[in-house]
Amino acid sequence: MKLLDRFRDPELCKALLGKLEKELEGELRFMEVCGTHTVAIFQSGLRSLLPEGIVHLSGPGCPVCVTHESEVNAFLDLAERDDVIVATFGDLMRVPGHGGRNLKAAQADGARVSVIYSPFDALKIARENPDSKVVFLGVGFETTAPTIAATMTMARNQGLSNFLVLPFHKTVPSALAALMDDTATRIDGFILPGHVSTVIGLDPYKYIATDYGRSAIITGFEPVDILQSLLDMVQWRNRGEAHVTNNYTRAVADKGNAKARQVLYDVFEPADALWRGIGLIPGSGLDIREEWADMDAKRVFGIEITEVPPLPGCKCGQVLKGILSPDQCPLFKKACTPANPVGPCMVSTEGSCAAYYKYKVD
Amino acid sequence: MSDKVLLDYGSGGRASQRLISRLFLENFSNSELNRLNDAAELLVSGRIAVSTDSFTVDPIFFPGGNIGSLAVHGTVNDVAMMGAVPRYMTCGYIIEEGLPMADLEKIVVSMGEAARKAGVDIVTGDTKVVPKGAVDRIFINTTGIGEIVVDPAPSGESAKPGDAILISGTMGDHGLTILGTREGLEFEAGVQSDSAGLNHLLVKLVRELPEVHVLRDPTRGGLATTMNEIAGSSNVCCELEEGAIPVRPEVSGGCSFLGLDPLYLANEGKFLCILPEAHAEKALEIMRGDELGRDACRIGTVTDANPGKVVLITRLGGKRLLNMLEGEQLPRIC
Repeated sequence: MKLLDRFRDPELCKALLGKLEKELEGELRFMEVCGTHTVAIFQSGLRSLLPEGIVHLSGPGCPVCVTHESEVNAFLDLAERDDVIVATFGDLMRVPGHGGRNLKAAQADGARVSVIYSPFDALKIARENPDSKVVFLGVGFETTAPTIAATMTMARNQGLSNFLVLPFHKTVPSALAALMDDTATRIDGFILPGHVSTVIGLDPYKYIATDYGRSAIITGFEPVDILQSLLDMVQWRNRGEAHVTNNYTRAVADKGNAKARQVLYDVFEPADALWRGIGLIPGSGLDIREEWADMDAKRVFGIEITEVPPLPGCKCGQVLKGILSPDQCPLFKKACTPANPVGPCMVSTEGSCAAYYKYKVD
Repeated sequence: MSDKVLLDYGSGGRASQRLISRLFLENFSNSELNRLNDAAELLVSGRIAVSTDSFTVDPIFFPGGNIGSLAVHGTVNDVAMMGAVPRYMTCGYIIEEGLPMADLEKIVVSMGEAARKAGVDIVTGDTKVVPKGAVDRIFINTTGIGEIVVDPAPSGESAKPGDAILISGTMGDHGLTILGTREGLEFEAGVQSDSAGLNHLLVKLVRELPEVHVLRDPTRGGLATTMNEIAGSSNVCCELEEGAIPVRPEVSGGCSFLGLDPLYLANEGKFLCILPEAHAEKALEIMRGDELGRDACRIGTVTDANPGKVVLITRLGGKRLLNMLEGEQLPRIC
């Protein structure tokens, strides 16, 4: 049996589900922070099998979903400039801005937008288009930021002067504090993101248990990973304990990846960031350091992020905080569908609204 | 002839004639085409199936085929899915000025070979050369004509609760190959397009089992989209067993790397067959008896539980929707 097959083993899952059902006292409201977990829970069919008392909330861990309306407007404005080629991962192509704008529509109107698979691909575009500025949209968490920092380093080493990054990165741990500080949210424990944790490790999450008395577990993306973490949290609560641990040791070292962090912080520094639906969270973003100002699209193009009002009627903010489940939003499956997404939670492949729409059997 | 396609070759004059006689006629030769009349005179009888398609695939050459062979396979397969014997094809080439003549030749040669293998005559055609930038190297439009040999013809609206759902082989090979070649990604050896003409197998199947309700090839949009079309047209629920759907490990690995789902990727040499439960085993036997159906298996059942929907029963026994894709699959951020 391959290693991964063990983590998908139906018999093992059945046993864990049975144990979970037996040990569950009352309700356990858990939030999976990461969009990949949201999709994994649906794709494996786990959501339809979990005991009723396990309340599943989707968190702010889809980078597209937490990109603030103001940031979306900023990159859409940038894409309309004649001297700019926007390079982006595919997820951002259909994210709606105000007035029905998105990158796909901008592209159809003549904007130069390239969907790339790695930030390094943007360097090739920059080399082939020396008369244009190639701007990579830096959206994502600690997972993607080191690669983008490495790309910037490579661009400098290669003497490329027309490669820039628009930095809208966000960092996960401080967002979780903001969620727990919000009295409208009721979260007993977190399934912590696997990818982000490979970079930051366990320490940045420890305050969740010490300061807030909640549990949190770094978890892999297979059904056995998720079930084991839920069972651990149920058992700890039964014993009146709260812990922060790492159940994803096959991929995540407790100390994270120091080298990736060094690459990241050579180029970026902590900054305040706007999160969709949550607002400003101090120190939860990454700005480009002064020494790299020539590659900072915000500085080079004088982009000011001014807060714009949320899209009318869109409840993505409450969905991201776990206050509403997607199907409780009045627009869900009515005004808001994947064909006509009102908010980013419906457009992103990892968004919780899209996952409910796509996978949930009524 | 020049080593590149020039605008002259679409002028209708001598250059065009040279291109047609030295390349197209040589490779597509048949008695009707060779007459070079303004239209083809065809002998068809009874009910006919007609299908048209345009091929704009990028890249034009890929592991397992090229735009020329793909144009034949795509067209004969569409005709054969109607329970028809494909007989004739038309083809229109729109070529970008500057296309290397060697590339055009390779495409025409493989198109001719694919047509001969399928037993289809290319009876009329057209060649246009357009200025650089007006098209992306080469586009091919085809129309296929075939004689329907079963009554009623299989149709997407004919699935009935209780029917078995069969698939002729692995999913996603073509889509991942195209994506990988386009993006310069190298996957494990063995990932190549499944592009193939299915007509001989399909005609055998419907002749032996005229009870077949639905035949469809899961091309663009893949298995998921095709199943949703059938569920919608027939107003039934298609319940699929995730663990039974064949996907090559290398395709599954490549998809996982790119954040794609093989069930939404295009196939060009596979078909779905929906038919009464009682005939499922016989159909599988016929399919497995042909090289192009050797991995055929049963993947699900038609029910009346959730009309218009496709429900996937996961390996864990949970249920989830297998919805139609909105737009194209795009690689994700993390």
